[in-house]
Amino acid sequence: MLDDFLVRAALAGLGVALAAAPLGCFVVWRRMAYFGDATAHAAILGVALSLLLSTSIFAGVLVVSLLMATLVSLLSGRGYAMDTLLGVMAHSALAFGLVAVSFLSGVRIDLMAYLFGDILAVGKGDLALIGTGALLVVSLVGWRWSALLTATLDADLARASGVDPKREQLVLTLSLAIVVAVALKVVGVLLIAALLIIPAAAARPFCRTPEAMALLAAVIGATSTTGGLQAAYWLDTPTGPTIVSFAAILFALSSLAGQFKRRIVRATSSPDGNP
Amino acid sequence: MPLLSIDDLHVALGGRTVLEGIDLHLDRGEIVTLVGPNGSGKSTLLRTIIGAVAPAHGRLVGHPGLTIGYVPQRLAIDATLPMTVTRFLNLPRRHPPQAIRQALEQACVPGLGRQQVTDLSGGQFQRILLARALLEKPDLLLLDEATQGLDHRGTADFYRQIACVRRELGCAVLMVSHELHVVMRASDRVVCLNRHICCQGTPERVLASPAYQALFGPDTGDALAFYRHDHDRPDSDPSASTPTPPAAGTTRLETAP
Repeated sequence: MLDDFLVRAALAGLGVALAAAPLGCFVVWRRMAYFGDATAHAAILGVALSLLLSTSIFAGVLVVSLLMATLVSLLSGRGYAMDTLLGVMAHSALAFGLVAVSFLSGVRIDLMAYLFGDILAVGKGDLALIGTGALLVVSLVGWRWSALLTATLDADLARASGVDPKREQLVLTLSLAIVVAVALKVVGVLLIAALLIIPAAAARPFCRTPEAMALLAAVIGATSTTGGLQAAYWLDTPTGPTIVSFAAILFALSSLAGQFKRRIVRATSSPDGNP
Repeated sequence: MPLLSIDDLHVALGGRTVLEGIDLHLDRGEIVTLVGPNGSGKSTLLRTIIGAVAPAHGRLVGHPGLTIGYVPQRLAIDATLPMTVTRFLNLPRRHPPQAIRQALEQACVPGLGRQQVTDLSGGQFQRILLARALLEKPDLLLLDEATQGLDHRGTADFYRQIACVRRELGCAVLMVSHELHVVMRASDRVVCLNRHICCQGTPERVLASPAYQALFGPDTGDALAFYRHDHDRPDSDPSASTPTPPAAGTTRLETAP
């Protein structure tokens, strides 16, 4: 079964979608969307460095993404607003990465595959890596779930309840780096953040608890990857971008449904003025 | 042994000394109020007690097994985070439904469990924060301007609730407040803070002290004296449910809306 490239692609997509869903929820709740971007863009620098040093690309990307995330955490609150800092870091990491790649004469690398992913080229080894990474991230986030949520609400509130907000931030940073390294092959550097954020945002209107939102985000993410894969096969379009487009359409539908739901709630609750 | 002893505490934030030479002892069951101008280090002192800020120097010793309940000044929950009141109260530790119901009743907001936290009014949310702090059965309750954004009625009700909680749980309460006219009635001891402790003691003693008057101006003393005078009348009942309208000068002490 694993000999079919479409089956491997679907499994890889599902693995990334499941790991990205709960993590993406935290990215949305903590307004860290740009943080995800910066970490992902640094990945191309990781690719270039690992090709230069001829180490495993996964390891290179993981290390550079982690360094990037740590650097951003350290620099925050030192004179620049977070969004400015992340804008500078994200794009300069990407630019340095692209420059570094151009020095790699003699090595033939398909830059497009790293920028936009090449899910159809996922091999059995990649699949094992994606599976392990996804399992690691899901267990890490699951294990720290309550503490992460408390730290997301308020740092002082967490501290008073015996939760160290800095440690939870580290857990998130580490998970983010793993997801970036794992998702590189599937959607590429430029679209990783989309796979984190869009399913979580699409799940929001239908949920009353954080747990429900993470589960629904996983379902939406899985639907997007399988649906996008299928659509790319029929339409003969690039797979990574098709997956993200599919997720974006689901997001648009969910926003419309959310608006509709809110209007109904308002209409039914207005007569007695008691929402 | 006191519930919490703070000895010669110094705290610096970003290289700037915010608190110096703080000596403060809290005993079980007493209500202590921190007053002081903006930037006098009141919130920093509470944040040091919960461990969010590391002291530069000095000692902070809690009674063994001391449990702290903390009600922050303000908590903005992002609208993208779906959260029912019950789920919020179960963070980070789960509590049995019975305990949740009891805490909501103690905080005077029964039956709100299924509401979304973001749909609550300011007063309701403040009470939910109180309920969350009560769930841990605290020995020490820390309130950081917990009545910010509440009207006079809501504020008076909230402090009455605190007094009630203290009676039921026997916990000590340390709170920061700007509403001196309400605080005077509710506290056993007032600590006047301006980087260091200017003066402390019973509300009457602090009011009369020159250090306090230097900090808040003579107007304040007059206004409070007037207010207290108002309450010394034999026909006034301090436990009446409607708060006395503030005297002319007291509004000056409150935080700007």
